[in-house]
Amino acid sequence: MRNLTVARAVAWRTLHNVFTNKALVIPQLAFPLFFFAAFAGGLSRIHNVPGFDFPENYTSFQFVFVLLQSAAFGGVFTGFGIARDFEGGFAKRLLLAAPHRTGIVLGYAAAALGRWLVTAAFLTVVGFAVGIKVGGDGVDLPALYLLAAILNTAALFWACGVAMRLRTMQAGPIMQMPVFLVLFFAPVYVPLNLLNGWIHDVAVINPVTRILEAGRSFIAGQPTEVAAAFGAAVALSALFSVWAMRGLRKAEAAG
Amino acid sequence: MSTTLDQVVLLARRSVVRTVRQPANILGPLIFPMMLLAVNSGGLKAETHLPGFPTHSFVAFALAVPFIQGALFATMNSGTDLARDIQTGFLNRLSLTPMRGAALLAGQLGGAITLGVVQACFYLAVGLAVGVRPASGVGGVFVLLLFSALIALAFGAAGSFAALKTGSGEAVQSLFPIFFVFLFISSMNIPRNLIGVTWFRDAATINPVSYLIECVRSLIITGWNGEALALGFGIAGLVAVAALTLAGRALPQRLAR
Repeated sequence: MRNLTVARAVAWRTLHNVFTNKALVIPQLAFPLFFFAAFAGGLSRIHNVPGFDFPENYTSFQFVFVLLQSAAFGGVFTGFGIARDFEGGFAKRLLLAAPHRTGIVLGYAAAALGRWLVTAAFLTVVGFAVGIKVGGDGVDLPALYLLAAILNTAALFWACGVAMRLRTMQAGPIMQMPVFLVLFFAPVYVPLNLLNGWIHDVAVINPVTRILEAGRSFIAGQPTEVAAAFGAAVALSALFSVWAMRGLRKAEAAG
Repeated sequence: MSTTLDQVVLLARRSVVRTVRQPANILGPLIFPMMLLAVNSGGLKAETHLPGFPTHSFVAFALAVPFIQGALFATMNSGTDLARDIQTGFLNRLSLTPMRGAALLAGQLGGAITLGVVQACFYLAVGLAVGVRPASGVGGVFVLLLFSALIALAFGAAGSFAALKTGSGEAVQSLFPIFFVFLFISSMNIPRNLIGVTWFRDAATINPVSYLIECVRSLIITGWNGEALALGFGIAGLVAVAALTLAGRALPQRLAR
């Protein structure tokens, strides 16, 4: 119960900080939109490549990637805020004041989810406005958003672990770069079967590939790899929650 | 004259040494474009099967992009360093010396050009290592290095202007997303004639960055293409002249004696 009180307070403060600061809100909305425009607009002809078997249009194909990317970066951007809290001294006061410190991590996770939901709603409206086509039904589409929400939490736990260990804004690239790489080493532009060589081998063992392929299958209305995708997302989230909690202990030990 | 030249050499050396001493400033422009090249050339290889695609090697097609990305990094580095000089008062101390304003700009940009050419050599070496052979031959490689120097000068001058105008490193850094948008809404990933969405094709056509990329690309995959070279050098030259003029006008306000 006390954990929840702490979590609610941390989440409210983080969301308040984000949504009252244009410099934080605008990039959060503009970046996914920009990637959506660049990929769906610029590369739509790839849909004509022999072997490209996605049943809906290329805009829908890219919408799934951009939605998942926005979820992951929603977590990372919240991690930047955690690092900023440590640099500014607020986090130290928070550690002193919170009766149950696990609630701090849970609060940041809730805030990351809250800020991503706004981005997801915005992206969805834009997506439908520019013509994404959905073959999935009333179960498939929520499953896509649930998958993205779990990815958001996993990314937040990763970034939180880094922020709590390094406690400086200079840790930003360490939070961001691995997430960027793991996302782009998945089949971003074409389905997995059209990748060749080393990138195919990397994509096959990349857990984000399962999530992305299942996400695309949801929007196409032909769900595949559902168990593998949710398994991968939950496993990532569980793994990084341990990483984040250990980071919290290190931050506590650092005083 | 030799005094001015000495000043330029000293300041250019300082600019290069300062960059070399910050590994992030060296590794970022070298590693990040190469990672993007690796990811895109693997992920978009299937694009070469599209009718009308100009080459069978997507790496060769995409190798042009790092040259432009590297120039964008040069903008950030040169602008941020100059802004730091303003913020820390170094420029104020310089204004107490007989140093010429032109020497300051030339020195700063000399450093940016040197690093731009080093980056270009690195990108070329990686390209050669993965089997890309420039269609324009050895002569084309020299033209490519000359073009890299020109775009480093042009973008470096733009960064210097931003630094002189704002006096803030953060303001210079905030230009990066804008340049990034220019880069992505261009022909970086697909030839303009193969872009299917009309608004994107139009945006890429009016985007000058498309022509900078296509200039480099022509030397790598086509050979000698006079139109692409004229457009690329022409646009880079125009940006350089405009940015240098603006920076030259902004400098006296920062270097008040």
